[in-house]
Amino acid sequence: MSQDIRIKKGLDIKLKGAAEKVTEKANSSSVYTLKPEDFHSIIPKLSKKVGEKVKAGEAVFYNKANEEMKFPSPVSGELVDIIRGEKRKILAVKIQADNEQQFVDFGVKDPKGMQADEIKNHLLASGCWSFIKQRPYDVVANPANTPKAIFVSAYASAPLAADYDYVLAGKEKELQAAVTALSKLTSGSVHVSVGKSSNSPLSGLNNITLHKVSGPHPSGNVGTQIAKIDPVNKGETVWTVTPQDLVIIGELFLTGKFNAERIIALAGSRVEAPKYYKTKIGASIASIVDGKLKGDNNRIISGDVLTGTTKKIKENLGYYNNILTVIPEGDDYEFFGWTMPVFNKLSISRAITFSWLFPNKKYDLNTNTNGEHRAFVVTGNYEKVFPLDIYPMHILKACMYQDLDEMEALGMYEVAPEDFALTEFVCVSKQPHQEIIRKGLDLMLKEIG
Amino acid sequence: MGLKEKLHNIKGKVEGTNWQTMFGAVHTLFYSPNETTHSGGHLRGADDLKRTMMNVVLPLIPLFIFGMFNVGFQHNAAINGFPEGMGFFSPEFWNLDNLSIGAIKLLPLLVVSYVVGLGIEIFFATINKHEVEEGYFVTGMLVPLIIPIDTPLWMLTVAIIFGVVIGKEIFGGTGMNILNPALTIRAFLFFAYPTWMSGDKVWVAGAKERANEIMAGAELDAISGETILGALAQGQDFAYSVSDMFLGFIPGSVGETSTLLILLGGLYLIYTKVASWRIIVSSVIGALVMGLIFNGVVNAGWINEGSKFYILMSTEFWHHLLIGGLAFGIVFMATDPVTASQTNKGKWIYGFLIGFISVMIRVFNPAYPEGVMLAILLMNVFSPTIDHYVVQGNVKRRLKRLKAKTA
Repeated sequence: MSQDIRIKKGLDIKLKGAAEKVTEKANSSSVYTLKPEDFHSIIPKLSKKVGEKVKAGEAVFYNKANEEMKFPSPVSGELVDIIRGEKRKILAVKIQADNEQQFVDFGVKDPKGMQADEIKNHLLASGCWSFIKQRPYDVVANPANTPKAIFVSAYASAPLAADYDYVLAGKEKELQAAVTALSKLTSGSVHVSVGKSSNSPLSGLNNITLHKVSGPHPSGNVGTQIAKIDPVNKGETVWTVTPQDLVIIGELFLTGKFNAERIIALAGSRVEAPKYYKTKIGASIASIVDGKLKGDNNRIISGDVLTGTTKKIKENLGYYNNILTVIPEGDDYEFFGWTMPVFNKLSISRAITFSWLFPNKKYDLNTNTNGEHRAFVVTGNYEKVFPLDIYPMHILKACMYQDLDEMEALGMYEVAPEDFALTEFVCVSKQPHQEIIRKGLDLMLKEIG
Repeated sequence: MGLKEKLHNIKGKVEGTNWQTMFGAVHTLFYSPNETTHSGGHLRGADDLKRTMMNVVLPLIPLFIFGMFNVGFQHNAAINGFPEGMGFFSPEFWNLDNLSIGAIKLLPLLVVSYVVGLGIEIFFATINKHEVEEGYFVTGMLVPLIIPIDTPLWMLTVAIIFGVVIGKEIFGGTGMNILNPALTIRAFLFFAYPTWMSGDKVWVAGAKERANEIMAGAELDAISGETILGALAQGQDFAYSVSDMFLGFIPGSVGETSTLLILLGGLYLIYTKVASWRIIVSSVIGALVMGLIFNGVVNAGWINEGSKFYILMSTEFWHHLLIGGLAFGIVFMATDPVTASQTNKGKWIYGFLIGFISVMIRVFNPAYPEGVMLAILLMNVFSPTIDHYVVQGNVKRRLKRLKAKTA
C-alpha cells in the first residue's frame, strides 16, 4: 500500500543554473581523494602505506572503533600521499589512478538467496557499508544494529539538485539487487519515496514500500520522510541510503565489483553550461569544472547549496555527493543593505523585500550572509519552513546549552543537520543551525551512544 | 577612493581595539557587511535583524508625527476649548503652531531616549566584545511615545538607565531579556515618580506647569490634563466623540491616541510578517471578551450604578480598544518576539490573556487606569511558562508514540 507524503511547510529556493539533462564524460581525474571527514565521527586507521598499490574496492582505511567497517578506494592505483593535520589527524588520502583499472573481485552473488549476516559481511568486506547511514546521529550505520526500517529518498527537492529520475534511468537491475539485499537487513520494510508525478526507475521495484512525495523542499529530505512515515523513537534505529549509492551496492551484487562511477550534476549560476557529467567518487574538482566556470570569485560546493561543503578547485568531489554547485561569493559590502528595497534576494517576509511578488523567479544568490550574527530574536519564522513535529528554536537552544535530557525529549533522535538547512536559511539572527545540531548530535553520541 | 573603501580600511585598522564595536555599529549602518557563510548552508535569506527592526520603527514614524501635532493640539484645545466637528484632515489639527509646540516637547525626549539608550548599549557591547544589537532601535522609538509629554529629561534618563541595564543588559542583551525594555522603562517611571506619571495634570503639555503657577497665585485658567480613562476611573463622563477617539484627538501618551494610525501600523506589521498576527488578533479578542463580560454583568443588573466600577464596566466593550494605550500596547509591545511566547500555540494564549487582563486591570484598579502596561509585563513573566506547557505537549506526544510502540 502506498502511503503518500504531502507537506506544506517548506521553501523552494529557486536558483539560476539548473543542470541541463545531457550527460558528458568528465575529464578523467588522475588523482582521487578520500577524506575521512566525509564519514562523520569515524576515526580512521590506515590499512595502506604511501607507495602501496590498491585495487578499486580495496580498503584504504578502516574505522578504529570497528575494524570491519572499511573505506574503499574508488579506483585502482598507487597511494601517493597522506595529508595530515594537527595531532597527525588524517585529512586526506590521495590515490594516483592507473590507466588500466583493476577491481577486487568480491564475487557475483544473488541477494535473494542470502541470509542477513551474509549480506552484512559482504557489504562490510567490499566497503559498500559506508553508503549506509543511520539515524539517530546521522553517521555511518552501526552494523551491530537491526534497523526498524530503511529509507531511500529518490526525490530530490533541494535547490538545483540532480534529478534522480534522470541519473538513475536504466539502473533498475542494480537498484533491485540492492533493495533486495537491504530488505533482509531490517525488521521492517525498505521505504522508497519518489516524486508524485515522476516515472522513477525505483517505482517499479519489488520488496519496497513506495511513497509518493509532493510539496516544497524539504519534502525530498529523507529526514522529512522518516518523520512522516515512521519517526525514530528513543532506542530505535533507521538506516538511510541515497539512490545513487544503491546503484553501487547493486552493481557489487551483480558484478562483484566496487564501481565508484556516478553521474553528477554540475550546476549553479557560475557554470557556463550546467549539465551532467559521468565521473567517480573522489575525483578532483578540477577534472569536472576546468574551463567551465564564469569569473573567478566563486564558491565551489560539493553537494547542494544548503548542505554541501566548500571546496577549493584542487580538492575533490565528496564521497556522498552527486552535485557540484558553483555560485558567486558575496564578499562585498552593500550600501544601506538593511534599508534598501530588495528585489534580487529571497525572503519569507515582506519587510521591504519583494520576493513574494515573484514566486517563480529564479535567483542568482551569493554567499553573503545578508547581515550579522545575533542572538535569537524573531520567533515563528522557522516553523514556516520546518515540517517536522519538533520545536526548532527550542531544540537548537537545548543543543547550545547542552542539556542532554531536554535534547532527547525534544526529538534529537529524529533529526540530522540537513533538516535545519532551511531554518538556517531564513534565520534573521544568522545563527549556524546545522553546526549547532551537528555538535548536539556529537555530544549525544559521545555521552549516550 | 570611495566611502566603501575608506570604511573598509578603517575596519582593518580598528580590528581588535576597543573601537571595533562602535565602528562596527556605524559601518554596518552604511554598508551591510561583506561577511560570507562559513558553516552549514551557503546561502542566507535577505532579512537580518536590522531590517526586521527597521520595519517595526517604520509604522511608528506616522504615530510620532501625529503625536507631535497632537501635543500642540491638546495644549491649545485645553486653553482655547475643543474645536467642533474635527475630521482627520482638519486644519485646526495640522498646523504649524501645534507642530512647533509638539516638536519642542517631543524631540528632546526622542534624542535623550536614543542617546542614553544607545550609549548604554554601545558601552555593554564594547566591554562584552560583541556587536551592538538592534533591539534598542525600536525601544528608543517606543519610549517617547508611551510616556507623558511633560516627563523631565533627567527622569527619563534615570528610567532608561534602569530599564536598559536591569531590564536587558544583565540578562545578556537583546534576545535574552525577560521583560519588554520599553515597558520596563515606563514601569520604572510609573512606580518611582507616580505623581508625574498619572493623575489629571500630566497628559497635556503645560498642565502641570500651569497648575503650579496657579498655586503660586497666578490668575490663570487651569488646564485639565486628564485622559479619558482617568476621567472614567474617577467616575466622570467625558466629552469626546467616538470619531475623536478613533482618529486620536484625545489626550494621552504621545503614541497611543490615534487608533487609526495604530491600526494601519498593525496591518503593516502583519502584512510584512514582522509581527505575529496571532498575538495581535488574540489580544484584541481577549480585550473584547473581557469587555463583553463586564457589559454583560452590567446588563444583567448584578451591579448597581452606585458601584465605583459601574462607569468603566458599562463602557461599551469595543471602546476599550479606542481609549488608553491598549491598541498601541497590543500592536507594538505585546508582539515583541523576545518577551512574548515563542510557540505559535503559546502566542494565542499569551495574546488573549494580555487583552483580557488589560481590561480587567482598567476596570478593577482605578489607581492604574492603564492596565495594558502591567498586563504585558505580567504576561512577559508568564510567557516562558506558557511555552513550557506547549512544548511539554510535544514531548508527551513523542513519549506516547514510543509507548504505543513498546506496548
